[in-house]
Amino acid sequence: MTIDETHLEPQLAGSDFALDTQTASASDVVRNYLQRFRRGGDLGLAPAVMALVALTAVFGILRPESFPSKFNFGNYFTQAAPICVLAMGVTFVLLLGEIDLGAGYTAGVCAAVVATGLKNDLPLPISLLFSFAAAAAMGAFVGWLVAKIGIPSFVVTLSTFLSWQGVLLLLTKEGGTIRIENSVVNAIENKNMAVWVGWALFAIVVGGYTLGAASRAVRRSRQGLVGEPLAVVAGKAALITIVWGVATWILNSPRGANGLRGVPVVVPVVLVLAVTLTFVLDRTAWGRHLYAVGGNAEAARRAGINVSRVKMSAFLVSAMLASIAGIVLASRLNSVDPQTGGNDTLLIAVGAAVIGGTSLFGGRGRIVNAVLGGLVFALINNGLPLLRKIGPVDFSDAGPKFIVNGLVLLLFASIDALSRRRASAS
Amino acid sequence: MAGVGELLLEVSKINKSFGPVHVLHDVDFDVRAGEVVALVGDNGAGKSTLVKCVTGIYAADSGTIRFAGQPVSIRGPRDAAELGIEVVYQDLALCDNLDVVQNLFLGRERRRNGLLDEAEMERLARETLASLNVRTVKTVRQRVSGLSGGQRQTVAIAKAVLWNSKVVLLDEPTAALGVAQTAQVLALVRRLADQGLGVVIISHNMNDVFKVADRVACLYLGRMAAIVETTDSSREQVVELITTGRSGSIGLDAVDHVQI
Repeated sequence: MTIDETHLEPQLAGSDFALDTQTASASDVVRNYLQRFRRGGDLGLAPAVMALVALTAVFGILRPESFPSKFNFGNYFTQAAPICVLAMGVTFVLLLGEIDLGAGYTAGVCAAVVATGLKNDLPLPISLLFSFAAAAAMGAFVGWLVAKIGIPSFVVTLSTFLSWQGVLLLLTKEGGTIRIENSVVNAIENKNMAVWVGWALFAIVVGGYTLGAASRAVRRSRQGLVGEPLAVVAGKAALITIVWGVATWILNSPRGANGLRGVPVVVPVVLVLAVTLTFVLDRTAWGRHLYAVGGNAEAARRAGINVSRVKMSAFLVSAMLASIAGIVLASRLNSVDPQTGGNDTLLIAVGAAVIGGTSLFGGRGRIVNAVLGGLVFALINNGLPLLRKIGPVDFSDAGPKFIVNGLVLLLFASIDALSRRRASAS
Repeated sequence: MAGVGELLLEVSKINKSFGPVHVLHDVDFDVRAGEVVALVGDNGAGKSTLVKCVTGIYAADSGTIRFAGQPVSIRGPRDAAELGIEVVYQDLALCDNLDVVQNLFLGRERRRNGLLDEAEMERLARETLASLNVRTVKTVRQRVSGLSGGQRQTVAIAKAVLWNSKVVLLDEPTAALGVAQTAQVLALVRRLADQGLGVVIISHNMNDVFKVADRVACLYLGRMAAIVETTDSSREQVVELITTGRSGSIGLDAVDHVQI
């Protein structure tokens, strides 16, 4: 059968595609959302957002003198940035139902490559180029082993987790620290933008979102398709305006002893990455194929998708983003050492993606999940040390910190599992 | 389209062995535009092997395949798809995490300026489903995981016929379905033929076969026992052909029989 539009005059009865043809009102959208929520299943961003609100409330009430300070608020974003970037990268691999345990040390190795290049007086762009090349090589190698040779990614990346750690030790000369003097690299995590630039960013975010969403809605309705009701677009735009506006206002007022002010430089960096990657996943055939392979690799193969190429490219993208995360990590400490990207970095990033709503079984997850999940973990690790001693427990110690992080991850995994079970039962 | 049209797929004297096991013996089989042919046979009779030879998953040892009168060599599912031969396997090969539109266009996405053209795909998906008279899907933006078995089967069939398909082979499309959904899928199968496609349906269910098929091809131990018209044969006859390869004066002759 050909799709010949001349003889296909669809005769739609009332019941056919009812939801596609009737224009949904804003209240319908809200009702559908609540219904989906009550029935369980895909909870979307709700758990992560609720966690952010709840954690803010808890820390704010327990430590009203230190947690809600403007200085701490500015710190928070620089703490969250590396987690968010690494989590975004890992998301690509998680979407396939694979894992990259080596991503943290990929970040470390790439950071060491940049630092070594800079130390040897190479210009920054050349150093970055070397770092990206290293990331590409590491990602392609892992992807090739997983996709072509067929070794489970858990095993491959368990091995790279060890090997890249070794490479990092070699690059940092067995325990040494490579200092970074480059002002551009150090600015990423340590500098703030001028006040007017912060407001310009605010205008771009709000304007960009509103224009994009509204034009999409109008275009769809002109093509006879149901778009997002304009009231919903307006509601979301208002929410973004308020949240981003308040955040910008706080960041733009002086904080700390020496009158620091401005939106951290890393915020637009993360934002640009998030928007670009979301666009790639949602609007390109490659992104669609990534979801398809994660959902049902056999179906994707039969549909003519080159499954192993998709897999390899996902590991490549993950490694490239890890290299960016590595640079952010290096910028934060102004140096690279054998712990850069090590310890709990990778596990926190994977946890962030999962907390945000990305499935470890593949096929489900978005970039915004990684960002929100990263914000949740960063908030926990920002607030806990400020709690100090409560009863016999000192929350600024590493022990309680790890335990709380683990419990939070478990809590979110349970919410996901329970909501999914309820969805399949109904 | 009323009546039966041109010969689309013509398989003659196909042989296929796996090592010492001779699975298909000189099998002849054909499908015309506008008809539904049921392919029946007991387990191990060679139905799946025949389908896989037609779609190029297996290479036949000898024999010829002609498509629309022309001899063709089909070396893989891609060649088959290019000719317009599509298979809907029992497992349907749908991605649960994608919606109906995304599944229908999987691997063949419509693009504009290098980006996915969602609006166009959504429109075409709805038109295709409407032209197949599919009435049960509330929104084409629903994820496949939320669809019933019959709806999934429908989506899988729609996916197979979306692209210039001329022959569709359905592997037990009603095996996992309830009564109402079976009726819906069979009605859809009939409509495909009425729109001019050649449809091959593999089935074990005689009710389905006699409800929807024009002809029944009965395989018996790798041989085509007989191809009969549903209008002048009975269920008993077909069952006999499936179980013994012979029914009255039709079927495999005795010599062949003894050899087995």
